[in-house]
Amino acid sequence: MLYREAGQFKTSYAADQQIFPIRQDRIAIGLILVVAALVVPMVASEYWIKAILIPFLIFSLAALGLNILTGYAGQLSLGSAAFMAVGAFAAYNFMGRIEGMPVLLAFVGGGLSAAAVGILFGLPSLRIKGFYLAVATLAAQFFIVWALTKFGWFSMDSSSGVITAQEIQILGYRFDTPISLYLLVLTIVAVMALAAKNMVRSSVGRAWMAVRDMDVAAEVIGIRIMHTKLLAFAISSFYCGVAGALYAYAYLGTVEPEGFNLDLSFKILFMIIIGGVGSIMGSFLGAAFIVLLPIFLDVLIQDFLTGLLPPSISSNLQLMVFGGLIIFFLIVEPHGLARLWQIGKEKLRLWPFPH
Amino acid sequence: MQFFFEVLIGGLLSGVMYSFVALGFVMIYKASGVFNFAQGAMVFFAALTFVGFQEMGAPFWLALILAFGAMVLLGIATERIVLRPLVNQPHITLFMATIGLTFFVEGLAQGIWGSTVRGLDLGIQDEPIEWIMDKAGILVSSFDLFAAGVAAALVTLLALFFQYTRVGRALRAVADDHQAALSIGIPLQNIWRIVWAVAGFVALVAGLLWGARNGVQFALTFTALKALPVLILGGFTSVPGAIVGGLIIGSTEKLAEVYLGGYVGGGIDSWFPYVMALAFLLIRPEGLFGEKHIDRV
Amino acid sequence: MSEQNQNGRRVGEVILDLQNISLRFGGVKALTDISFNVKEHEIRAIIGPNGAGKSSMLNVINGVYHPQEGRIVFHGEERKKMEPHMAATQGIARTFQNIALFKGMSVLDNIMTGRITKMKCGFLEQALYLGRAQKEELAHREKVEEVIDFLEIQHIRKTPVGRLPYGLQKRVELGRALAAEPSLLLLDEPMAGMNVEEKQDMCRFILDVNDQFGTTIVLIEHDMGVVMDISDRVVVLDYGKKIGDGTPDDVRNNQEVISAYLGVAH
Ligand SMILES: Nc1ncnc2c1ncn2[C@@H]1O[C@H](COP(=O)(O)OP(=O)(O)OP(=O)(O)O)[C@@H](O)[C@H]1O
Ligand SMILES: [Mg+2]
Repeated sequence: MLYREAGQFKTSYAADQQIFPIRQDRIAIGLILVVAALVVPMVASEYWIKAILIPFLIFSLAALGLNILTGYAGQLSLGSAAFMAVGAFAAYNFMGRIEGMPVLLAFVGGGLSAAAVGILFGLPSLRIKGFYLAVATLAAQFFIVWALTKFGWFSMDSSSGVITAQEIQILGYRFDTPISLYLLVLTIVAVMALAAKNMVRSSVGRAWMAVRDMDVAAEVIGIRIMHTKLLAFAISSFYCGVAGALYAYAYLGTVEPEGFNLDLSFKILFMIIIGGVGSIMGSFLGAAFIVLLPIFLDVLIQDFLTGLLPPSISSNLQLMVFGGLIIFFLIVEPHGLARLWQIGKEKLRLWPFPH
Repeated sequence: MQFFFEVLIGGLLSGVMYSFVALGFVMIYKASGVFNFAQGAMVFFAALTFVGFQEMGAPFWLALILAFGAMVLLGIATERIVLRPLVNQPHITLFMATIGLTFFVEGLAQGIWGSTVRGLDLGIQDEPIEWIMDKAGILVSSFDLFAAGVAAALVTLLALFFQYTRVGRALRAVADDHQAALSIGIPLQNIWRIVWAVAGFVALVAGLLWGARNGVQFALTFTALKALPVLILGGFTSVPGAIVGGLIIGSTEKLAEVYLGGYVGGGIDSWFPYVMALAFLLIRPEGLFGEKHIDRV
Repeated sequence: MSEQNQNGRRVGEVILDLQNISLRFGGVKALTDISFNVKEHEIRAIIGPNGAGKSSMLNVINGVYHPQEGRIVFHGEERKKMEPHMAATQGIARTFQNIALFKGMSVLDNIMTGRITKMKCGFLEQALYLGRAQKEELAHREKVEEVIDFLEIQHIRKTPVGRLPYGLQKRVELGRALAAEPSLLLLDEPMAGMNVEEKQDMCRFILDVNDQFGTTIVLIEHDMGVVMDISDRVVVLDYGKKIGDGTPDDVRNNQEVISAYLGVAH
């Protein structure tokens, strides 16, 4: 079966409005999910699941959150990691302070807490734009990490704010193996990605993009700028918050506020720049890229350049490669990997008869 | 009261450091509309390069000249490789590119010179000045005073440069109106290179002073981030704004830490400048000295 | 009430009455003591040299600028301070002098934004995209397709607007305004920078909108030929002051207007 639109005439707007209007795309997404859910757990090694796939999915979720805010609503944020921290610590508190708290509900609570904090720090966006706002989000970054470290209440008085996630139990089933954690994360991320896709193709998403592209015109059309921007902050932070909770509960187990530092925020920003600003798919591609790149570089240095470079160079090389790639993508393909993917598909649509 | 003044003066002087970094930002922003997030990384790079050359045996002046040369090269390369292809892109794209540049420059600096913390000796004592001590009973470090002197000299120098040189005048023309400057034949790219070189020089001076104070280390880049709230306070386009903003941020940060920090467990200087700038933004979005801007349709 | 406009359509009551409007930006007097009205179903033109205050006038009408003095009566009610987004809910739509489309979105999405005030589902329903949200989306899509057919832009439906030539972008912008089914449509130089053929098309669309939907139109235009052809009444501004008001013929013969246009000192 060739990858083709031909023959699939859309007889109704409903068909045209589907997420994946081309049948092959629907099949491909279905296949990816099946492979991710059934095949991966059988073939992937524990290392791959624990050290690559789980963080990849969690970072995808965080990148998705930032992409909603920055890519769709056009509000640059340098504080995503702080919102992750709020999610992680809030979930921890819900679990620790409320007897018999269902863990999924605690994750939602983490997300909602992050959303509330996100709205608070999003308020300046009503008056300021662009890099002014970026600086304002730095305030969120530093303040939140500081507050979580300083006030023992947030970490239920563990030393210097380090928290150890409680074990995850849903309906009596304990998620303590890497595979079970992986499947849990996969489910959450898939559902939230679908919801994000639905939002950005509905009127909320269009309002975000309108505000991003030309806010004065958006307002004249009847879009309430304040409401739209704050909603973007809230939903974006919700996504980051849930990602943060998963980061603590399904990936690291033990986290401290400093773990959610500015570097992590930048990492997430890089994911969306490289993956594709304003693209759901791009969030996943970017996260995969940023998770895999350091591993790839390490292998490269260890296997091929051993002895040629001093060991300390590896982390600096990483910095340079990250920085260089950001510049490269901004210049060469500002829409990131997602755009390359699109172009690839377009080519495939014509293949094997390019004319 | 004496203690208050000591804290205030200490804060003002550390504010001078922020001003230095902010100054580099302002120049680049004025000339090219680029918000150069990498200014802090440039400070780090400059200081590390200077120390690196000194360790290789170069005397002070030679190391200074070589480090300046390196900054000029960096500036030219940035203009050629990063800015030129991105000309006419949205400001926010350029901003993100300079974030990329930050990482690259930090990696480059440590890749070349190593990641260890170095001392940097300018031969200036860091001791309380005795006669101020005697007269007013306030501790003021000679080093801080020296830094303030350098800052004053540098600002004067820059002011003269902008006012009286051909390049400086062209630069101001460019800052006022890019399109018009182009149309009367001012070569924009040359101007940009010069501006980046001058910003590199400012970064070098800042790096030397800072390095001498706290050692040359990666943490410098975080401290340099504090120049961002300074800019918000002072306005992105104002040289006096950068200076005044730096002084305000430096002093309030220290005063807040000393007088308020105690109540909340300390360390509030990590975020205080940002939150203060934020509060300020809500009152006066264009900064103390910036120009007001209304969207037209 | 047997007044008829160019299309032979009956012109109704005054729906928008501007009384003694003055607007300043710091020292700049953009509008000084301007009064005029707009009647239902008519095509009302505003003309004047560059910087006369025409765009500012539209911005006053839809609440982007707030005049320091004057009264605005819309549908018989005096308007209190109004935010721009409220104009849309009151049935006022507009296009802009410098195209203000959403560059990153497709033609379809741009026009869909025009219906935003009419879409009622919350973000949660939209996130789930079930039932009501889906139904609503499809219902509005159908309306938007009508606009697309009307403006004959079916072939570029899915194209990002940034890639379209200037003339088509102007047309899409009109589409976005029409999608809101406005009762009052403000057009700021809809034909500026177009070639003759594009201008003819645009004229036809404007007349058709007025004719088929009965939309009242306030139009700024520099091309005198067009203004004289399609408008019912014309206001002339110069340096923020009203120097003429009347039918195209009245205005054409007004001495002050002639000298303003010929640049004679006054
Ligand atoms: N937001 C603003 N801030 C300051 N001055 C403004 C603003 N908007 C308009 N003006 C000034 O008001 C005056 C009228 O401008 P306006 O745009 O309304 O003119 P116009 O008649 O539409 O001109 P054109 O034919 O060039 O479009 C001009 O002097 C302009 O500079
Ligand atoms: Mg105008």
